[in-house]
Amino acid sequence: MPNKILILFAHPLFEKSNANAALVRHIPNSPNITFHDLYQEYPEFDVDMKREQELLLLHDIIIWHHPMYWYNCPPLLKQWIDIVLEHGWAYGKEGNALKGKILFQVITTGGQKENYSAMGRDRFTVMELLEPFNQTAKVCNMTYLPPYVVHGTHSMKAKDYEKAGKNYKALLEYLENRGANVEELSRYTYFNDWFQTKLR
Amino acid sequence: MQDSFFFQAIIYLTAAVICVPIAKKLGLSSILGYLFAGIIIGPYVLGLIGQEGEDIMHFAEFGVVMMLFLIGLELDPNKFWRMRKFIFGMGGLQVIATTLVLFLACSLVLNWEWETTLTISLALTLSSTAIVMQTLKEKNLTKTSMGRSSFAVLLFQDIAIIPILAILPFLAGGEIQNENLSESLISDFSAWFQAAIVIGTVAAVYFSGRYIIVPLLHVIAKTRLQELFTASALLLVMSVSFIMQLVGLSPALGAFMAGVVLANSEFRHELEGDIEPFKGLLLGLFFIGVGASINFSLIIADPAFIIIFSTIFNTIKFFVLFGIGKLYKKGASKNLIFAFALSQAGEFGFVILAFANQINLIPTILGDQMMAVIAISMIGTPFLLLINEKWIDPYFGGTKDKKSKKEYDTIDEDEQNDVIIAGFGNFGSTIGRLLKSNGISATVLDMNSERVDSLRKMGFKVYYGDATRLELLKAAGCENAKIFIAAIDNPRVNLTVIEKIKKHYPHLKILARARNRNDAFEMVDLGIENFYRENLYSAVHLGVDALVAMGQRRYTATRQGQRFIKYDEQATFRLAHKRHDKKAFLITTMEEIEVQEQLIKNDLYAQLGANDHAWESDELKKEQAETAARNNRQ
Repeated sequence: MPNKILILFAHPLFEKSNANAALVRHIPNSPNITFHDLYQEYPEFDVDMKREQELLLLHDIIIWHHPMYWYNCPPLLKQWIDIVLEHGWAYGKEGNALKGKILFQVITTGGQKENYSAMGRDRFTVMELLEPFNQTAKVCNMTYLPPYVVHGTHSMKAKDYEKAGKNYKALLEYLENRGANVEELSRYTYFNDWFQTKLR
Repeated sequence: MQDSFFFQAIIYLTAAVICVPIAKKLGLSSILGYLFAGIIIGPYVLGLIGQEGEDIMHFAEFGVVMMLFLIGLELDPNKFWRMRKFIFGMGGLQVIATTLVLFLACSLVLNWEWETTLTISLALTLSSTAIVMQTLKEKNLTKTSMGRSSFAVLLFQDIAIIPILAILPFLAGGEIQNENLSESLISDFSAWFQAAIVIGTVAAVYFSGRYIIVPLLHVIAKTRLQELFTASALLLVMSVSFIMQLVGLSPALGAFMAGVVLANSEFRHELEGDIEPFKGLLLGLFFIGVGASINFSLIIADPAFIIIFSTIFNTIKFFVLFGIGKLYKKGASKNLIFAFALSQAGEFGFVILAFANQINLIPTILGDQMMAVIAISMIGTPFLLLINEKWIDPYFGGTKDKKSKKEYDTIDEDEQNDVIIAGFGNFGSTIGRLLKSNGISATVLDMNSERVDSLRKMGFKVYYGDATRLELLKAAGCENAKIFIAAIDNPRVNLTVIEKIKKHYPHLKILARARNRNDAFEMVDLGIENFYRENLYSAVHLGVDALVAMGQRRYTATRQGQRFIKYDEQATFRLAHKRHDKKAFLITTMEEIEVQEQLIKNDLYAQLGANDHAWESDELKKEQAETAARNNRQ
């Protein structure tokens, strides 16, 4: 059975992001993949909890797709987390709704991969910076996987965008049909690296 | 059989129902439809009605009274007071100048007695309130400066009829004793006493309106019987007219005053709604009466005199009015409409001639001829306005346009905009500005000629005209546009436009302004999903600030506001569908109240409290406490 994938996309200035335009454009048109553009749905930040929870229940793999802003997600995604991951539903003694679902982030950064290291300008790896999200997933009994990161968007050319888009498409199709190997992925800090081994 | 009430009613109604739609279809005003209906059923064509046409007219003149009551309702005392300059300035000038010119012209050409000449001049000076106001209303011009000027002149004429009728017996000379003609109860008293009574009556109307009628209407409204309210509205108009007549004032003037007094009351709209249909019917009947009363045998007997006289007197009146318009600095286009609209003689003319005839001031034949002249001039007005609209005004407007094209050559007539905004009042202009500041230009349709110029300066592509007309919609580029924004002030017109767009341009996405919930209901019926109740959002915004003022945190209050809007929008859809369960289709005031009640009741049950628990820690604390308690026990 194919996996149901929910892409929760958060970008406050989507129309000016070449990288994300390419990524989103390449999302396969499949009944199993739901693209949910949060800034388009909730321009006034009035996230509809019931609707979002129902959407979550319909999917197996949840993706938070967003650019990295100040080592974090855009505010509407945080608003979404605050409102939707409700006590007694997502966590807490009776909060088991999301148990076993897979969660990971698809992130774009302007900076290069090299900067995200102990010796680099950003001092931490992306995986380290995402610890709060990781922990959030843990509290909700979800399986958190390493992020799929598109680095260096500031210095990308048209064909690079296109390539990144194609890769994203391949990834989604793979996950839809074959799923993610949690066991193998636990040894990686980048989803990209694990997926690279599958492309060969 | 022919005399039975039913038969008569059927003739009038049939004539109206057939002729008025045909006139409308031909792009003529409904008044012409009524007038022709009258001619056709009158004694000279089908002969379905005889001389009673005139009786009908006397009865139906009450429609004019009601019309003035309604006009009064639209005009609160402050506005009325501000108009005094125009009423006495423009109105006085018109009456005096027109009478003078007509008098001189007639004296030079025709060898009537001077008293007769003066009487006829006076009779022809007064225009037809019914024709003018109805025409202006059909053309949506009542609220423009030109409409107000016309109204000011008409109002002065309404006042002027009183002294005119008072003077006529003196013209007739002492030979005629007119005791039996005294049209008021008080004419036997001395002049001073009469004046005091008149002033007293006016004051009485004013104060009773304030302190008796409004409280009385409250009591009646509480019975919640719609027809009782209608009855009292009619009673009110009739009694005021009657009292005015008793003291020798024009009933129309009295009704107008009563309207002004009640303009500020909370019952204004109900009164309007109740009187409006009566007014419409009676005015229609009045116009039919005018049509039926035209004495064609008289015209045929001496057609040259009647036609030449009508033409000349119309021309004189037109130029006097045009001159007054110039004096008051009206633009050419507006001045043309103003002068053409008021250039006819009217129902007061009939009154004056009939009275003059009674006191032997004019020969009967001449009187009848003049009646025919008046009727012809009344029929002529809608045609004159049509001619003005089609040929004369474009000529003036055309030359102006050529100039303006040079000034604003940024407007490319071939360029098509994706967005069309119908109605550029407060609502539409805000939308237009927002779009413009985001680099999206819109094509604007507007009925207000004054706005068009300044809009063009701002770079909008503006079409002046009636957005309910299909040709205009086409000219505006509806075929290639993407979005149609219906933002017309008048909800009725707005709905008509939406219906037209839905039918002829189904590809257009319609965003519609709704004045209130009832409007929204009708839009749901039309299948419109994007409607915006103009009071909802600002009211909720205010409510949010009230919550803040009561101590709520701003963000919480804002979220409550967001929820309330969502909830209310859903309720509107729900109630719109539910509405059809009822047999009655028209939403009356009563039903509106019912809807209000239902909403308030639902509010109590609705979970307008947060349906999420974001940022709350009560549940968390409870769970922690339970866990701690369990651990302690172990």
